[in-house]
Amino acid sequence: MRAYRFKQFSVLPGFWPAFSASTLYLTLIVLVPLSAIFLRTATADWAHLWKVVSSPQVVASYKLSFGASLVAAVVNAVFGFLVAWVLVRYSFPGKRLVDSIIDLPFALPTAVAGIALTTIYVDGGWVGRVLSRWGIHVAFTPIGVTVALIFVGLPFVVRAVQPVLAETDRDIEEAAHSLGATRWHTFRRVVFPLARPAVLAGFAMAFARGLGEYGSVVFISGNMPMKTQIAPLLIVTRLEQYDYAGATAIAVVMLLASFLMLLVINALSSADRGKGAR
Amino acid sequence: MTALGAGRRDPAIVRWGLTLIALAFLALFVALPLAAVFAQAFDKGWSVYLAAITDPEALQAIRLTLMASAIAVISNLLFGIAAAWCIGKFQFRGKSLLVTLIDLPFAISPVIAGLIFVLVFGSHGWFGSWLTDHNMQVIFATPGIILATVFVTFPFVARQLIPLIESQGSEEEEAGLALGAGGWQTFLRITLPNIKWGLLYGVILCSARAMGEFGAVSVVSGHIRGETNTMPLHVEILYNEYNFAAAFSVASLLAILALVTLAAKSFLEWKVKTEITAHAREAAAAGGKG
Repeated sequence: MRAYRFKQFSVLPGFWPAFSASTLYLTLIVLVPLSAIFLRTATADWAHLWKVVSSPQVVASYKLSFGASLVAAVVNAVFGFLVAWVLVRYSFPGKRLVDSIIDLPFALPTAVAGIALTTIYVDGGWVGRVLSRWGIHVAFTPIGVTVALIFVGLPFVVRAVQPVLAETDRDIEEAAHSLGATRWHTFRRVVFPLARPAVLAGFAMAFARGLGEYGSVVFISGNMPMKTQIAPLLIVTRLEQYDYAGATAIAVVMLLASFLMLLVINALSSADRGKGAR
Repeated sequence: MTALGAGRRDPAIVRWGLTLIALAFLALFVALPLAAVFAQAFDKGWSVYLAAITDPEALQAIRLTLMASAIAVISNLLFGIAAAWCIGKFQFRGKSLLVTLIDLPFAISPVIAGLIFVLVFGSHGWFGSWLTDHNMQVIFATPGIILATVFVTFPFVARQLIPLIESQGSEEEEAGLALGAGGWQTFLRITLPNIKWGLLYGVILCSARAMGEFGAVSVVSGHIRGETNTMPLHVEILYNEYNFAAAFSVASLLAILALVTLAAKSFLEWKVKTEITAHAREAAAAGGKG
C-alpha cells in the first residue's frame, strides 16, 4: 500500500513555487470574480430573477442567440468541412495564403469585423445592393446576426477538421475502392465517420462562441427590441441602467445553458467515438 | 506526395467545383470584410485618414490600448510559464482539473467577463464601498480595463506552453541538474531556449486578443472620451456618430495588426513544428525513449 501522495517524486525543482503562484493567480483573476456571479444569484430575490429571465424581451433574445448560433454553427460545420477538405486534398495557386487567412476571424478585433460586415451587408453595400434587389435584407435582421456569427465561428471547424483529414490513412480508402465502393460511398462510409468527432468538436466550439459573441453582432443587428437583440446585449443594457441583479440573472441562464450544451455535445462525441471503435 | 495522389483520384470537375465553392465562401465571409475596412478607411483620402489616426482622442485610445495590453501580456506570460512548468514537468493530483480551469475564460462570453468585475469592484459590488472610502476607482477607470483584458487573454500563453513543455520531457533538465547547475540556471539555459518560439507564439496571440478586446472592456470602461476609451471602443464611438471614414481609419490600424499577427503566426507555427521535430530527432539519435 502506498501512502497518499499529492505529487509524484521528481528531481526537478520549483514545483511548489510554480504551482502556488499559478493557482493563486488563477484564483484571484478567474475563480473569485466568477464566483461573484453565482453568489449574487444565490443571495438574490429569486422571484425578481425569474421575472427578469421570463420577460418577453429576454426570452426573445435567448431565442435569437440560440437560433442564430445554431444556424451559424451548422453553416460553419458544412462549409468549414468543405474548406478543410479542399485545403488538405487539393492544390491550387495561393493555397498557403488562403490557409493563413482562415484565422483572420480570430485575429481581427470583433468590433472591426462588426462594422465591416455591416458596411457590406446594408442595402447600399457591396453585397447588400445585390441581395436587396431580390428583397433579401441582411443588415438589421436576424440574418445579419447569423452572418456575423458565421464569420467569428469559421476557423473553429476548419482548424478542428484539417489535422484529422490530413492524418486519415489513405490505404483505407484504397481498400474501400478496390472492394468496389464508389467514391461517394467511400466518403460517406469511411472518410466522413473518421472526421465526424472533429466536425462535432468544431461545431460545438463555434456554437459556444456564437452564444457569447457581442462585438461583431451589435453593429449588424440594429438591436431592435423583440427582433434583433441578442442576450449579451441585454446584459449590457441592464448594466447601463445599474440593474446588476437583472444583468446577473440573464448571464447566469446563459452560462448554465452553455455549460449544459457543452456537456451534451461531449457526451454525444464520446458516444460517437465509442461507436467508431467497435 | 500522398496529397497529390489522392487529389488526382477525384475527377477534375469535382476538384475544381469544390475548390471554387470553398474559395467563394471564404471570399464572401472573410476577404470581403477585410477589403471593406481598407476601402472605407481611404474613402475620403489620405488627409482624412491621417487626421483620424492622429486625433488626440485616437492617440489617447492607442496609448491606453498599448498599456493595458502590455500589462495583460506580461502578467499572463509569467503565469503561463509557471503553470506550464508545474503542469508540463510534474505529475500531481487534480492536474486535469487545473488545465480545465485555465481554459475557463475562453468559454465565457466577453460581456459576462466584464460583468463579473463590475459585480466585484463596481459601486454596488463587493469592494465598491471600500474602494469609494479609499478614494479609488476600478470600474469606469483604467484598472478595470486592465483586469478585463487580463481575464479574456488569461489562457493564451499557458495553452501554448503546456503541450510544448510536456512534449519535451525532462531528460535535458535532469542532465543539467546532475552536472551541478542550479534550478534557475537549468531553467534559463535549457528550458527557456527549448520553448522560445512557442513562447513568442503565445505572446503574439495574447497581445492580438488584448488589443482587440471589445465586449469585456466595453462593459467596464464607461466610455469616457479621452480617458477610458481603447481603440476598439473609439472605433465604436466614431461609427455610432456616423463618422465612418474616421471609424474605419482607426479600424484599419487594428486590421493591419491582425494581418501582422497572421503572418507571425504562420512563421511561428512552422518554427514550433521544427522545435518539436528537432527534439524528437535528437532523442531518437541519442537512443532515448523519445
